[in-house]
Amino acid sequence: MSDDALLSVHDLACARGERLLFKDMNFSVGAGELLLVQGGNGQGKTSLLRLLTGLARPEAGEIRWRGEPIRQCRDQFHAEMIYLGHANGVKDDLDPIENLRFAEGLQGRAFERERAIDLLQRLGLARCLDLPCRVLSFGQRRRVALSALLLADAKLWILDEPLTGLDVHAVALMEGLIRDHLAAGGMAVATTHQALNLEGVQVQRLLVGNVAIPEMA
Amino acid sequence: MNLYTFSSPVNFYQLSGKLIPWFMGGAVVLGLLGLYIGFFVAPTDFQQSEAYRIIFIHVPTAWMGMFIYLVMAFWGAIGLAFNTRMSFMMARALAPTGALFTFVALWTGALWGKPMWGAWWVWDARLTSTLILLFLYIGIMALWSSIDDVKRGDRAGALLTLIGAINVPIIYFSVQWWNTLHQGASISLTKAPSMAATMLVGMLVMAFAAWFYSIAVAFIRVRGIILERERQTEWVKTILEND
Amino acid sequence: MGRFLLAVLRRDLTLAARRRGDWLIAQFFFVMVASLFPLGVGPEPNMLARIGPGVLWVAATLASLLSLSRLFSDDHHDGSLEHMVLSPEPTVLLVLGKSLAHWLIYGIPLLLIAPVLGIQFNLSWEAILILEISLLLGTPILSLLGGVGAALTLGLRGGGVLLTLLILPLYIPALIFGAGAVDGVIAGTGAQAHLSLLGAFLVLSLMIAPWIAAAALRVSLE
Repeated sequence: MSDDALLSVHDLACARGERLLFKDMNFSVGAGELLLVQGGNGQGKTSLLRLLTGLARPEAGEIRWRGEPIRQCRDQFHAEMIYLGHANGVKDDLDPIENLRFAEGLQGRAFERERAIDLLQRLGLARCLDLPCRVLSFGQRRRVALSALLLADAKLWILDEPLTGLDVHAVALMEGLIRDHLAAGGMAVATTHQALNLEGVQVQRLLVGNVAIPEMA
Repeated sequence: MNLYTFSSPVNFYQLSGKLIPWFMGGAVVLGLLGLYIGFFVAPTDFQQSEAYRIIFIHVPTAWMGMFIYLVMAFWGAIGLAFNTRMSFMMARALAPTGALFTFVALWTGALWGKPMWGAWWVWDARLTSTLILLFLYIGIMALWSSIDDVKRGDRAGALLTLIGAINVPIIYFSVQWWNTLHQGASISLTKAPSMAATMLVGMLVMAFAAWFYSIAVAFIRVRGIILERERQTEWVKTILEND
Repeated sequence: MGRFLLAVLRRDLTLAARRRGDWLIAQFFFVMVASLFPLGVGPEPNMLARIGPGVLWVAATLASLLSLSRLFSDDHHDGSLEHMVLSPEPTVLLVLGKSLAHWLIYGIPLLLIAPVLGIQFNLSWEAILILEISLLLGTPILSLLGGVGAALTLGLRGGGVLLTLLILPLYIPALIFGAGAVDGVIAGTGAQAHLSLLGAFLVLSLMIAPWIAAAALRVSLE
């Protein structure tokens, strides 16, 4: 555990209903690092991510951001963190640009239209810019959500199965995006079932189960 | 034993188990005594004749109905503020008793209303707000029953109880205000004829019986909730094996 | 802070504009409930004028409840609610913005329809004016308190019916003061006291309801 860890978890325990998913979990993630959360279905990967975002309340233990419990520095933590869950957070009735505009507005930031269009084009949505997201395919909507992620410029990405529904090109694109993000000093916590090609990235693997065994890769 | 002893489910389970018979016994003794005073000792009211005797049940149950709601709001607030498991369990255990008392108060109110006002139901300020109190109880219990997750249910129920508690005085005031404007039913329970001392004693004894009963029943229910929620723990397993 | 509130408002208004069908249903519901009463109690003009204020107010509360169950649930389904709660801006402001948007979308149209229904119920112009003022003060209360119910019942089975059960008792003061104001004009006792009380209840709801709704939203999302 290094001192420059921005995100650290101390003796964390999580229960769903009456079942204890994990306890005494400790790890920390520093700048430029990726934490890959692994484990079978129903072992608590998503629950762990929701704890890290602050949406859920831990059974015991504490999560700290820059050394402060996230409940005490909520505003700052939320400003530096972005979460992408199973659902995309994309409104079907709006087109991709509008979606990004409102996503930025709801984070309390000003909207940079040029940058947003640029990002959407980079993610291969150039021809869908003025279509309501309702008519887009699942993978395309996922790409809209990823554009919102990039636009937010957050330090910490928390990604729950970011590759679901993406084709081979998009997976390669996503790998590139994660590498760029980490190279620029960002950090990420992600769950995935798929193998990721992450050469040159500092990866930490965490196995979530009844007993947590953090092991360095 | 210190202040926190009571707030741990294990200790509470054991302590309440010893107390329940006492409270239950007290409720029976006081209840019989109160009814005896109410039905045989207290003098016949010259205005209302024998029918008034139902107030020995009506008034204490109406008190308890309101009081238990406040206690639930108190436990809910404590639970939300300090995240104490026991207080949510207490709130859950109290609600059915509170609803029952409120219902009995309405029922006996109707029985009293028939000879007094010539109608089973009058839109009197008190009756109306008691009815709304019953709606609030039912709403809270309905919310609990439709949330499967225990923790979410506890907190959601507590929040609803709290906003209800803030609203109850306003509702009471608004109903009274509405009542004074619609003069149709101006006979009010507040203008009960001056009470004889024995009547007051009878009512107080019955109120204590209702208290004891509520505590006993709430304890029994809390013990059930504790066993259900802590069934993963060692101490519950030991208890269940010994029984 | 103001920018965030404005963003929430603009977003919800845009979304409502894209789904006019849903919006029309709530307004038709209001008209229909109010129109059923003369059919049920008979067309005698004096009686209609007597029950009119109460009927219109009850219909308005029911119409607002109809749309409230979707206040958060649509955003919950597509995941955008989590993004909003994870915004650095306070959740209280989010709830306030969404309640305000609900009022603009569903409350204001009730104000526009009410005079027509008032004529159907044989109300005098003065009574209709007071009805408008009472709805203007009262409908935001419905949106604010309804926000608490919508947050508490988020994602539950039978959430819509449960919401009605939880929230209707809390609406009672608004109903009494609102309908009472119009009654007061008709009876000649004046509406001012009622309207002042309604205003006070609005201020109180504005101060308390968003906080409880925000707490409820966090509980429901856990």
